[in-house]
Amino acid sequence: MTCENYRDLMMGYLDDELTAEQRKTFESHLAGCPHCRGELDGFRRLKSIADDVVLVEPEDKLWEQYWGNIYNRFERCLGWTLFGISAILLLIYGGFKMIEEIIKDPALGLGLKIGLLALIAGLAILLVSLVRERLYFRSRDRYKDVRR
Amino acid sequence: MRTCTIQDEGQLLQECRRGSHDAFEVLVNRHMKDAYRIAVGLVGCREDAMELSQEAFYRSFKNIGLLKPEARFFPWFYQILRNLCFSHLRKQRFRRTSSLPQVDGEELTAADGDGFDPHLVAERSEAKDQVWKAIGRLPAKHREVIILRHFRDMSYEQMSEALFCSTGTVMSRLYHARQKLKEILENPKGGHVV
Repeated sequence: MTCENYRDLMMGYLDDELTAEQRKTFESHLAGCPHCRGELDGFRRLKSIADDVVLVEPEDKLWEQYWGNIYNRFERCLGWTLFGISAILLLIYGGFKMIEEIIKDPALGLGLKIGLLALIAGLAILLVSLVRERLYFRSRDRYKDVRR
Repeated sequence: MRTCTIQDEGQLLQECRRGSHDAFEVLVNRHMKDAYRIAVGLVGCREDAMELSQEAFYRSFKNIGLLKPEARFFPWFYQILRNLCFSHLRKQRFRRTSSLPQVDGEELTAADGDGFDPHLVAERSEAKDQVWKAIGRLPAKHREVIILRHFRDMSYEQMSEALFCSTGTVMSRLYHARQKLKEILENPKGGHVV
């Protein structure tokens, strides 16, 4: 076996994560391999510096607000959902009413009626298309949910 | 506000599946510091780490039904958190290089390491600042194992659970991550280590 085969065991040895048998195997290789001993020393120095790096803890105030910030997201999600559903319903209702008014209005000429109806139909198609596209990409967003 | 007195994780998850925010609050309080520390290690910025860890908790509650009944919460939550952090780094890089063509196989580092704010390091010294910045220059999958091992003190078994891989793979990734970290520290002015 070459030194490459012992690389992984070297990490386990460094982090004290080896079984007794693995430790024995690695130590017997280490005893006869100055290259791995040198490499292990380098990793020991690196580990010692890295272990010394401690991050500054945020102030207690931020931890106290932490749950509140998450809870606000639940509330906002509910608010936006209700807002979205009611806006869509109102738009549909308003659209039908407008179409009814345009058709029934004797003062509007046929050309104008067709133009207005085409405008409303175009807006409706655009809206449906946008919503469908959004739902399509949302369902394929690999980072949205993680299923396990 | 009602307070949840349940402490057992299985029971808490069961309550969360029924929509209990109180039970979820207990889980959040239990894991928020670890979530923040991991996020700050992955993105290198305190504000972003706070925001991303909170968003990960929010999404995990929304999708708690996807967690298998016998599964533990944190490894599953960790997947959501890391994906959010990596996605955030991708967006950041896209904003920085929006007009440049994407290089195939280019690995995800955190803002060339300069995005890793040295003020986040306690009891600062030149050596510690250098290590922190060097961690920021590691490719994401290598930075991840360094963060889990050194900043969250996870065992290899816990790491393998969180990373969906064997302990052998964890050791291998740690070897390469530490090797690259050494290379960056020995050659701090060098370009990206990929």
